[in-house]
Amino acid sequence: MTTTTAAPTRRLNTSKAMAEAIAQEMRANPEVLYLGEDVGSYGGIFGSTGGLLEEFGPTRVIDTPISETAFIGLGIGAAVEGMRPIVELMFADFMGVCLDQIYNHMAKIHFESGGNVKVPMVLTTAVGGGYSDGAQHSQCLWGTFAHLPGMKVVVPSNPADAKGLMASAIRDDDPVVFMFHKGVMGLPWMAKNPRSIGVVPEGEYLVPIGKAAVAREGTDVTVVTLSLSVHHALDVAEKLAQDGISVEVIDLRTVVPLDRAAILASVGKTGRLVVVDEDYQSFGLSGEIVTTVVESDPGLLKAPPKRITMADAPIPYAHVLEYAVLPRQERIEAGIREVLA
Amino acid sequence: MTEPTGASATLDSPTTLTQQDRLALYEQMVLIRTYELAIQREYHADKGPGFDIGKGLIPGEMHLAAGQEPVAVGVCAHLTGDDAVTATHRPHHFAIAHGVDLDAMTAEIFGRETGLGKGRGGHMHLFDPAVHFSCSGIIAEGYPPALGQAFAFQRRGTDRIAVAATGEGAANQGAFHESLNLAALWKLPVVFVVEDNAWGISVPRSASTAIPSNADRAAAYGIPGVRVEDNDVEAVHAAAAEMVQRARSGGGPSLLEVSTLRMLGHFEGDAQGYRPELADVAEHDPIPRYEAALVADGVLDDAAKQRIAAAASERVEAAISHAKDSPLPDPAEATRYAFAKEA
Repeated sequence: MTTTTAAPTRRLNTSKAMAEAIAQEMRANPEVLYLGEDVGSYGGIFGSTGGLLEEFGPTRVIDTPISETAFIGLGIGAAVEGMRPIVELMFADFMGVCLDQIYNHMAKIHFESGGNVKVPMVLTTAVGGGYSDGAQHSQCLWGTFAHLPGMKVVVPSNPADAKGLMASAIRDDDPVVFMFHKGVMGLPWMAKNPRSIGVVPEGEYLVPIGKAAVAREGTDVTVVTLSLSVHHALDVAEKLAQDGISVEVIDLRTVVPLDRAAILASVGKTGRLVVVDEDYQSFGLSGEIVTTVVESDPGLLKAPPKRITMADAPIPYAHVLEYAVLPRQERIEAGIREVLA
Repeated sequence: MTEPTGASATLDSPTTLTQQDRLALYEQMVLIRTYELAIQREYHADKGPGFDIGKGLIPGEMHLAAGQEPVAVGVCAHLTGDDAVTATHRPHHFAIAHGVDLDAMTAEIFGRETGLGKGRGGHMHLFDPAVHFSCSGIIAEGYPPALGQAFAFQRRGTDRIAVAATGEGAANQGAFHESLNLAALWKLPVVFVVEDNAWGISVPRSASTAIPSNADRAAAYGIPGVRVEDNDVEAVHAAAAEMVQRARSGGGPSLLEVSTLRMLGHFEGDAQGYRPELADVAEHDPIPRYEAALVADGVLDDAAKQRIAAAASERVEAAISHAKDSPLPDPAEATRYAFAKEA
C-alpha cells in the first residue's frame, strides 16, 4: 500500500524524511518512542532524530547511557509489553557489543513463544563507508543481520523510501532493523550524493516492507543493489545509456524478506545479472541473489553473473585504499561491460 | 532495608507472616521440589542405554532448581500476575512460584503443540504472557528485557514491577552491570535477584568472583543491596518485601542476593566430580529444615504434611500426563512463528 497526498515539489534529505515519519507515528501513537545514544538534543549523530526532542520532549526521545546491551534489551522488554520503541544502535559495527540481545532475544522471542509474544520494535542503525572512518565504523553488515532469522531488515536508498519504510517498520509487529547509509542521509558534513535529497510525500506515506523497486528500467542487463550503491548504479546506467547500453537497476529496499520475484522478473527480461553490494562478498547478500536466480532457472542467464562488492577484508582508512575496495562507479561500469562482452 | 554499606548484610527483620502464609510458602516449595524430581524421573526414564541427551520424551539439556526453592518462593510471594519475572536457564522454580500455567509449561518441556511455545521454545525458553514470565538460556541476558518491562509499567503509571533473576556467575557479565546502572539511573521498578548457588557450572564462586557478596555491587550504582545468607524462605520473603515495596512505590531498583543451594548437577547427567562438598548437600536441603521449623511452631503436623505432599504429587502427575497425552507439533510447521505474519 502506498498512500500519497503529496505536494510534489517538496524536497527533503533522507535524515529529515526519516525523522518526519517518526514524528508522524509518534503523534499518532503514544506508545512510539525513540531511544539511544545522542538522539536527544544532538538529534542523532547522523540526523536521524532531528527536531524530535523539541516536539516530544525527553520522556519520548530519550538519551541513554552508552550501554547498548541494556538499552536494546530495554527496548525488547518494552515491546513485549506492547510499546513500540525505536532504538538506535549508533553504528551497525557496534552490533557485537549487544548482539545477544539482538539475535537471541529480539529476533527469537516470537518464535520461542510459539507466536504468543510479539516484539514490535525498530532497531535503527547507521551503515556504510566512504568517508575514511576506518574498519570499525564503515561496515554495512546487513548480510549478517539478514542471516540471523526473526528480524526484518530494511535498507532505504532515498528520502521517500526512508520515510515510507520507517512508517511501515514502526507499525510492523515484528522486530525491524532499519539500516540507513550515512552516504544517503544528505548530511551537510559529508560528500553529498545528489539523490540524497528528493521529493518526499507529505502526510501518511507507507512503503511496504518486502517490495523491491525498479529504480531505472532497462533491457540489456539487470543491476541488483541497495542503499548508496543504487545511486552509483544509476550514475553508471546514465553514462552507459550514451553508449546505447540499457541498464535496469533494481533497488531491493528490503533484505528480509527479499523480493525474489522482482529479481527473477528483471533477470528474466534482461538475461544478465550484476549484483552490487557494499557488504562483504563471501557468504553474503550477493551470493544469495545469484543463488536465487540459479536455483530458479540457470537458463535465465545469457552470461555468467558478476558481483561487485566490498572485498573480504577490513575496510581501510586511507582514502585511496578505501575507494579501491568500495563498489563505486568505475568497478560497476567494468562489471556491466564484462557481462555484456 | 540495609542501604549500601560496602558490607554484606543478613536480614533478620521480624516476620509478619501468618500461619497461613507460612504454610503457603511451604506448599509452594514442596510443589516445586515435587515437580523437579518428577521431571528428573521423566528425563532419565528413556535416555539409556548409557546416556543420550537427545533421546527420550524430554530431549536436550535439563537444568533443575532443587534446593533453590526459597529464592523463587520468597520473592514471588510478593508478586501478582501483573508483575513480570525474567528467569534464567534454570527457570522452573520461578515459573511455578510466579504462577505460570503448569500444564502448558510441562507440555513445552515435553516439546508438545500444547506447550507454552508450541514446542518451539523448550525448557530454557519459556514464555507465559498471561503472567509476564520469560526466561533466557544465556547468562545475565534476561536482565535487560526486564528493564523494558519495568519501563513500560512505569511509563503507564502503574505500580507493577519486574523481577529479574540471574545466578552468581552472571553477575560478572556486562549485561548485569549495564542493567543495574540504567535501572538505577531511571529509577525503574526492578528487583534484581542473584541466586548464589556457589557454582557456575563447574567453576566455584571463589574462582569467578573477587568479592564475597554481589549485593555489595549495588553500592556502585547507588541502590540498596542485601545478601541473605541462609537460603531461608522467610528471610528471603522479608528482604524481598522491602525491595518490592520500594519498587512499587517509585523508589527504584534494588539488588537481592541469596546464598542458595544447587542440590543437583548443573544439568542432568552432570556427575559433579568437581564438587567436593557433594556428600553434605542433603544436610543443607532447605525444605526439611523449614518443615521442622513449622512442625516445631505447631503450624504443620504429619497429616498436613501428607496432604500437601499428595496434592503436589497429584498436580504434578496431572501436568505430566497432560504433556504426554498432548500431540507433537507438525514437522511441516517447524519454521512457523519466525515472524508475526507468515510470508
